[in-house]
Amino acid sequence: MPPQILQRLRKRLVENIDGPLLTIALVIMAFGLATIYSATVYASNRAVSQLLNMGVGMLVMWLIAQLPPQKLMRFAVPLYVIGVILLILVYVIGVKVNGARRWLPIGITRIQPSEILKIATPLMLAWYFHKYEAVLRLRHYAIAGLLLLVPFALIAKQPDLGTAILVGAAGFYVIFFAGLPWKIIVGMIAAAAGSAPFIWSMLHDYQRKRILTLIDPTTDPLGSGYHIIQSTIAIGSGGPFGKGWLQGTQTHLEFIPERHTDFIFAVFSEERGLVGNCILVVLYLLLIARGLMITANASTLFARTLAGSITLSFFTYAFVNMGMVSGILPVVGVPLPFMSYGGTALVTLFLGLGILMSIQTHRMLVKQ
Amino acid sequence: MLIRTTSQQSQDGELNRFRFRIAFAAGTVVLAFAIVVGRFVFLQVFQHEYYTTRAEDNRISLVPIPPNRGVITDRNGVVLARNYSAFTLELTPSKIESLDQTIESLGELIEILPKDKRRFRKLLEESKSFESLPIRTRLSDEEVARFAANRYRFPGVEVKARLFRQYPLGPIASHAIGYINRINKADLEAIEEKEQGPNYKGTEHIGKTGLEKSYEFHLHGETGYEKVEIDAGGRAVRNLSRTAPVPGNNLTLTLDTKLQEMAEKAFGERRGALVAIEPSTGGILALVSTPTFDPNLFVDGIRSEDWEQLNNSPDRPMVNRALNGAYPPGSTFKPFMALAALELGKRTPAQAISDPGYFTFGGHTFRDDKKGGHGMVDMYKSIVHSCDTYYYMLANDMGIDNIARFMGPLGLGSKTGIDIDGESEGVLPSPEWKKRRFKRPEQQKWFAGETISIGIGQGYNAYTPIQLAQATAAVANNGVIFRPHLVKHITNSKTGEKTLIEPEPLRTLPWKPQNIETIKKAMVGVNKEGTGARAFAGAEYVSGGKTGTAQVFSLKGADYKGHKLKQELRDHALFIAFAPADQPKIALAVLVENGGFGAQSAAPIARMVMDYYLLGKQPKGPAKEDEAAIEDEE
Repeated sequence: MPPQILQRLRKRLVENIDGPLLTIALVIMAFGLATIYSATVYASNRAVSQLLNMGVGMLVMWLIAQLPPQKLMRFAVPLYVIGVILLILVYVIGVKVNGARRWLPIGITRIQPSEILKIATPLMLAWYFHKYEAVLRLRHYAIAGLLLLVPFALIAKQPDLGTAILVGAAGFYVIFFAGLPWKIIVGMIAAAAGSAPFIWSMLHDYQRKRILTLIDPTTDPLGSGYHIIQSTIAIGSGGPFGKGWLQGTQTHLEFIPERHTDFIFAVFSEERGLVGNCILVVLYLLLIARGLMITANASTLFARTLAGSITLSFFTYAFVNMGMVSGILPVVGVPLPFMSYGGTALVTLFLGLGILMSIQTHRMLVKQ
Repeated sequence: MLIRTTSQQSQDGELNRFRFRIAFAAGTVVLAFAIVVGRFVFLQVFQHEYYTTRAEDNRISLVPIPPNRGVITDRNGVVLARNYSAFTLELTPSKIESLDQTIESLGELIEILPKDKRRFRKLLEESKSFESLPIRTRLSDEEVARFAANRYRFPGVEVKARLFRQYPLGPIASHAIGYINRINKADLEAIEEKEQGPNYKGTEHIGKTGLEKSYEFHLHGETGYEKVEIDAGGRAVRNLSRTAPVPGNNLTLTLDTKLQEMAEKAFGERRGALVAIEPSTGGILALVSTPTFDPNLFVDGIRSEDWEQLNNSPDRPMVNRALNGAYPPGSTFKPFMALAALELGKRTPAQAISDPGYFTFGGHTFRDDKKGGHGMVDMYKSIVHSCDTYYYMLANDMGIDNIARFMGPLGLGSKTGIDIDGESEGVLPSPEWKKRRFKRPEQQKWFAGETISIGIGQGYNAYTPIQLAQATAAVANNGVIFRPHLVKHITNSKTGEKTLIEPEPLRTLPWKPQNIETIKKAMVGVNKEGTGARAFAGAEYVSGGKTGTAQVFSLKGADYKGHKLKQELRDHALFIAFAPADQPKIALAVLVENGGFGAQSAAPIARMVMDYYLLGKQPKGPAKEDEAAIEDEE
């Protein structure tokens, strides 16, 4: 091939990719792969299949990054509507796994429609605010709130509190960046505090139990407190420098539950110690900082709110997961971004990265 | 651009407000991560040590290795209690979802009888659910293989190799050896009291009666430990270190199993007890209590029907009559009374009384068994022909205090200190004893009339067969009295070192040799020309003895015809003896419950035991009752 073609091809490949964002994500994923390898080394090893998931994820990221934000906007309404319809379908014909109705059977496989809403909800809200940007009134915030409430309630009802919180947070970030008045934010916080007892009464038993055992895990050491106790032991016994890769006893003797998925941080923390934890936290901070830079530079309200929401969602994932594994937040099923094993979650994360990159690389086009 | 449009201004303001929100979000993110990092610092720096310990506790488990229990052999090396290894099928209830279903499906692979299920249920009630409990013991190799192939279907079910206690001779000497059974709450308390708790981790059985109980802490051994790394499921992943268990010490008994077996057989179907002692050491040669039981029934947890049968039998096979049966000694008491009289100077051997066949005291007539009396009776004749009148008078002359003071040091009415737990004290009557025994003041008073029947071994007198054997041995041994014991030596299983149980002379009674000679001579006379003569006719050794009959039922002066009475109303037959007379090698006491006269059923058993022990003569069948002995007896 002539060098010009090669050069053009390379340019085509990387022109819509944001270098810093991808680099940070890849470093975190390298940690993730090593940790997954350690967590599953004596079982069926998942590191290779996670590598495959990463390949698929990066392809999705690249494809999305090629689409300018205006084109992305077109997906907002259909994706949201389809997502909500699927959620309702889950209600009707969904498959129950472990007491929760989350899965929808499609031919030979099954999907979790709530995963779609993680992107579809902020996309929808960003589109909505963008559409009414010029005439934005308080009622638009109210309608946005309703648009958010529908998927949130449907997912929470499955019940899948973890995903519901993530979807709710993603939606809220959009509304926040769209300029929700501070007075209302403060009022909402006050109202939330006031309605806490009412929400408590609406929670499922297992959700209440999780919150109660969070406050004092030792009340149920063999039941729902077991996970928290064991992961806390793993983190604490890791100490400042960790036990070393593949050396975590809590991990390898299977005391840590969900070692390669939701509780992977306990494995990482046991083997890498406080030093490793701090490095990981800094990496997340860098990822979020880059995301917020993209947000700040974004040229339209749609791009700004969407980029801000996606960036803060990464934060939410990381914070809720690390908080839960270290025992300061209730156990809700939230994976650690770019670390936990799992194809769907990883693809969704890359989708988010792709959108951020699209917003970053297409901003000049918009201005012109 | 110097002049901005309003639209541009408002746009700039909006952008600034937006950037403020980004900064706010960034601040929140930093703050939230700071909290999380603070938590990490707390856990990984400040609480690091605590969680390291927790992780180690999680990881490492000490698995106890129970030691082999010591073996019990008799004086000739015959094994009385040993261990064998066998496979058992065990269930851990806490790991099993449906016990009934699991047991049912197991039943398709391995035969599980209803009795096995019942025993398992019983164990289940008594134990904690995380313990592994046997449902079938002694699996065949084929059964083990069949289960191994289907193992995956049965979580919580295991085949384990375990050591079992076995008593190869079954019921022989079972009252002496005792048995082991599963540890219960009371045992646990006893273990804790001895601070043996850690040593009993992993041990499931403990001695319940007999030597198995009294030498428990010798027989048990030291539990070993295996330090293993375990995973969250409690499975051992690898061994870190191992401390081998130390097997329990072995016991060698003074007991002669052949003699024991022969003596038990001599009783036939009759209930009773026999204690044979080596007078010069106190070593017990035979300790019989019939009927016996098979201790092997208890080892795996006794089946309820077996237990009911043993417990509800009117013959009460579980009672150790040799140690816990207290019987009036009857006329076997007379030689000791005579000795007391000589020692206290109340009689001389030649001093004779005229026996009219009765003795009157305080308006009450005490009858002699022989109508019309024995005529002139000296001490020799009083023992040889068992003259009651002689002893009515003697008791009256001596008084109860003197009698009690003399009999006490002989070991009568107090525990002998045999190395088996739970022996009875019996009753050595005295005014003090009566005061302790009764509550109402009018019952507490000692009446002089009560002393009279004490003289012939009746009244409140009640001694265990082992006490009578010990007292007989003391006379045979010229006043040196030993603590009766069953264990000759304890062999340390590790060093092979033997700890001899030294013959322990409890005390030497300060009897005058000529007095002892007088009594021994009279007792030899019993077996030569007196009440024991028929039983010992033709013996190739010289022996001393004394018959006795303990009243079960008062006939109020009516003629006693034992053989015409219902069996359970017949008197208890007793016999004490020693042989050879010049240098006694064996002293014994025999009791046959409801055996009638001592000469009738107890003396023939004594003869058989002595013939066997001294001459090696094997008897043919149980001792026969000597109907003819009834006529000239007592």
